Amino acid sequence: MLYALLCYNSEDMVFSWSKAEDEAVMAKLGVVQERLAANGKLGPSLRLLPTTAATTLRKSDPPMVIDGPFAETKEQLLGLYVLDCDDLDEALEIAGELGRANPGGAYEIRPLLLYLPGTLPVKAASG
Amino acid sequence: MNDIAWIDAALTSARPQAMGALLRYFRDLDTAEEAYQEACLRALRTWPEKGPPRDAASWLIMVGRNAALDGVRRRSRQAELPPEDQISDVDDVETPMAERLDGAHYRDDILRLMFICCHPDLPATQQIALALRIVSGLSVKQIARAFLVGEAAMEQRITRAKARIAKAETPFETPGPAERAERLAAVAAMVYLVFNEGYSAGAEAAEIRARLSEEAIRLARLLQRLFQAEPEIMGLTALMLLQHARSPARFDADGAIVLLEDQDRLLWNRDLIAEGLALIDKAMRHRRAGPYQVQAAISALHARAARPQDTDWVAIEALYAALEIMTPSPVVTLNRAVAVSKARGPAEALAMIEPLEAALGGYFYFFGAQGSFLLQLGRGAEAKQAFDRAVSLANTAAEAAHIRRQIDRLTTDATG
Repeated sequence: MLYALLCYNSEDMVFSWSKAEDEAVMAKLGVVQERLAANGKLGPSLRLLPTTAATTLRKSDPPMVIDGPFAETKEQLLGLYVLDCDDLDEALEIAGELGRANPGGAYEIRPLLLYLPGTLPVKAASG
Repeated sequence: MNDIAWIDAALTSARPQAMGALLRYFRDLDTAEEAYQEACLRALRTWPEKGPPRDAASWLIMVGRNAALDGVRRRSRQAELPPEDQISDVDDVETPMAERLDGAHYRDDILRLMFICCHPDLPATQQIALALRIVSGLSVKQIARAFLVGEAAMEQRITRAKARIAKAETPFETPGPAERAERLAAVAAMVYLVFNEGYSAGAEAAEIRARLSEEAIRLARLLQRLFQAEPEIMGLTALMLLQHARSPARFDADGAIVLLEDQDRLLWNRDLIAEGLALIDKAMRHRRAGPYQVQAAISALHARAARPQDTDWVAIEALYAALEIMTPSPVVTLNRAVAVSKARGPAEALAMIEPLEAALGGYFYFFGAQGSFLLQLGRGAEAKQAFDRAVSLANTAAEAAHIRRQIDRLTTDATG
């Protein structure tokens, strides 16, 4: 079975860490991640920029672009894409296209700070 | 993270909202501060035992409010007091507060708290000190260190600023859209002052003052969470992130200033740059340009250039031309001239700054730029004159040393 681990914390606090504090945390995490990767346990891991950098695309017709993170509580996080785009406009364009294929709900578009591909091969989620 | 560090972080994070609401209740800064302090003391007593409340800000507001009202009652001896542990009970506190605190209210509370620091009668240094004290909650000692003054002097400066605010009319009514926009603009300017106070430091004080730049960035992110669709706030945050990203490269080992084009770009903080660029992208989609966005766009073009020679000076010059129209000032024209010298050569740049001498005759950078243009045109003697004047006007030892190196180069070139 594949699992996703969703990381929550106070961004006000985490993004106020000094460079040294940040590096210390990342180094500690790195030790664990390295072992997991060597054992074939670790897929892609991402670090996101704060919610202030987020834009939300409501998948309505026509789609509506809203500044800021996804803030509704009546919809839940059900999936996630990683896209390689030149800029926000391209990301919104792709989000719009995906949204037309699956209307309803919203996409929050959040730039990444860090992307590590991990070592998992393609496999069935329940394999 | 241990208990105390966690509580400290939670208190810092909740402070603007809690202080803003307490100021609205009591309409007096000192009472609000005392109430907040008391709430923090009680948090330090009860949180480690009972665990942190769901909503730290609401807890602090209610406990602070009760404590202050209690103090008033105690002083006037009008009522029998319930035992203290009943007043500050966590469960009591959260339910009613959750209903009372709708988002719009707290947005205006924080804006008001920041806005009172921007009183036009207060000189910039007092605005900054006051904001750091009451919005950010830095101690007087920390602020004094950042300003390189004694603690007593800083205490006095803050007390004076507070007295002035107490006399002024603090706007407690809920602002209309136009007033809100005005307040936001004033607060943005104040946040940028805080940033620059940190950023303009020389190498000796860079580490302590970097704290101010970081605090300004934190406040800007907070403003942006409150006012999510304001492109100028995105621009302000982006501008500060992109400038702050260059801090590690701004001074050499001897503490001398390193010019942008001489900086080791590998030292630039890529994380801050990524965030700044993302924000500029967001802001531009609004098609409502403003001075912060334009300045951020200029910083973004520097950040995107891997080497100095990759810099898109033509685009930078166009952005400075736009900035000149939005906020005309001789300093902007001077910056534009530097871009012109890169894009189209020093002769045009020199002609451009000639009329500025009357306005910028006391400005270090003016003569630094003039000297550099003259030098590029091969007019060494005049360049030396300009550099000499720049040295005499330098604000910091690092600035003077930078120009002296240019003069040294000039003399070596002339003799060797």
